[in-house]
Amino acid sequence: MNNGVAVYVLISIGVAFDLVGAIGLIRLPDVYNRLQAATKCVTLGTCLILLGVVVASGWSAMGIKALLAAVFVLWTSPTGSHALARGAHIAGVPLWAGSVVDKYKEDTGR
Amino acid sequence: MHTFLLLLIIGTFLCLYRVAMGPTPPDRAVGIDTIGVMVVGICGIFGIMTGQDFYLNVAIAWALLAFLGTLALAKYLEGRGFDE
Amino acid sequence: MLIIFVLWLLLTWSFDVQGVVAGAILAVLFALVLSKLLPPHVERLFSPVRWFWALMHIISLAFWVVLANFDVMYRVLHPNLPIRPGIVKVKTTLKSDEAKAFLANSITLTPGTLTIDIIDDWLYVHWINVHESLEDTEAITRDIAGRFEVTLRRVFD
Repeated sequence: MNNGVAVYVLISIGVAFDLVGAIGLIRLPDVYNRLQAATKCVTLGTCLILLGVVVASGWSAMGIKALLAAVFVLWTSPTGSHALARGAHIAGVPLWAGSVVDKYKEDTGR
Repeated sequence: MHTFLLLLIIGTFLCLYRVAMGPTPPDRAVGIDTIGVMVVGICGIFGIMTGQDFYLNVAIAWALLAFLGTLALAKYLEGRGFDE
Repeated sequence: MLIIFVLWLLLTWSFDVQGVVAGAILAVLFALVLSKLLPPHVERLFSPVRWFWALMHIISLAFWVVLANFDVMYRVLHPNLPIRPGIVKVKTTLKSDEAKAFLANSITLTPGTLTIDIIDDWLYVHWINVHESLEDTEAITRDIAGRFEVTLRRVFD
């Protein structure tokens, strides 16, 4: 019983983070801000959902696989979003007009 | 559980909106990346609902392939000028 | 090699003779292929003190990630979108490449900050809410990188 409540709490927090990430993807003004909200919130949300799966199924094939999937997601998503941001900047996508400062452009000229 | 699944699918469609309407190619790439991570979560919830563990195999494979796809897209963006 | 073997066991989750033998053979093969890719200081992989600090790093990282996540959540849901984005420079004191890579990954995993590039000792970080003290590199560094450097230095340097 206690277990089930923990599973529901973890999964609902995860789903809430996922939804907020998707809303951020729609609302925020430029690529870099969208990367901030979308990938990070969705990563944490998905990891919480997978953690819920781990708690629900315990020490079995499913739990271990969910844990491995969570570790893979946590490991790969920052690398992916870093590569996307760098690619976007080198490709010349401008920052949002309300941005304060762009040290990268000042220093590298790209 | 069905409610969670429905909410996640709504979120995926929000991402799909960004993929379809995104003004620049990187926007679409971000949307695709986000959809990839969300599908992993959907696979996890499917796994709980059905109690079968092969959905988690799908999740692991999907996470790795989405990562490779994102890296390929980023490399493609780097190599090419972007003028609008 | 052992790691790949354990990973194989976890992934297939079959403990009969066939599965274990196939896993062992594949682990040896992969280890032979991958041994060229090992980092220069292999002996550091077996130091329990470093593993302890890696664990501490993961715990503090999880804490900051959840905290920052609520911050970004608030900014996204607020009707006026209170964001002040910008790309700032951060100077890192970490020396080895692995430490810098892990620092960049930790910064990127925290919502609100996103590493764009590393050039020598400088990290270029996109920040969703830049402070007023724009030119104060010290304060920016302390805010973004300082909290991760403490533990990462003990793991890698």
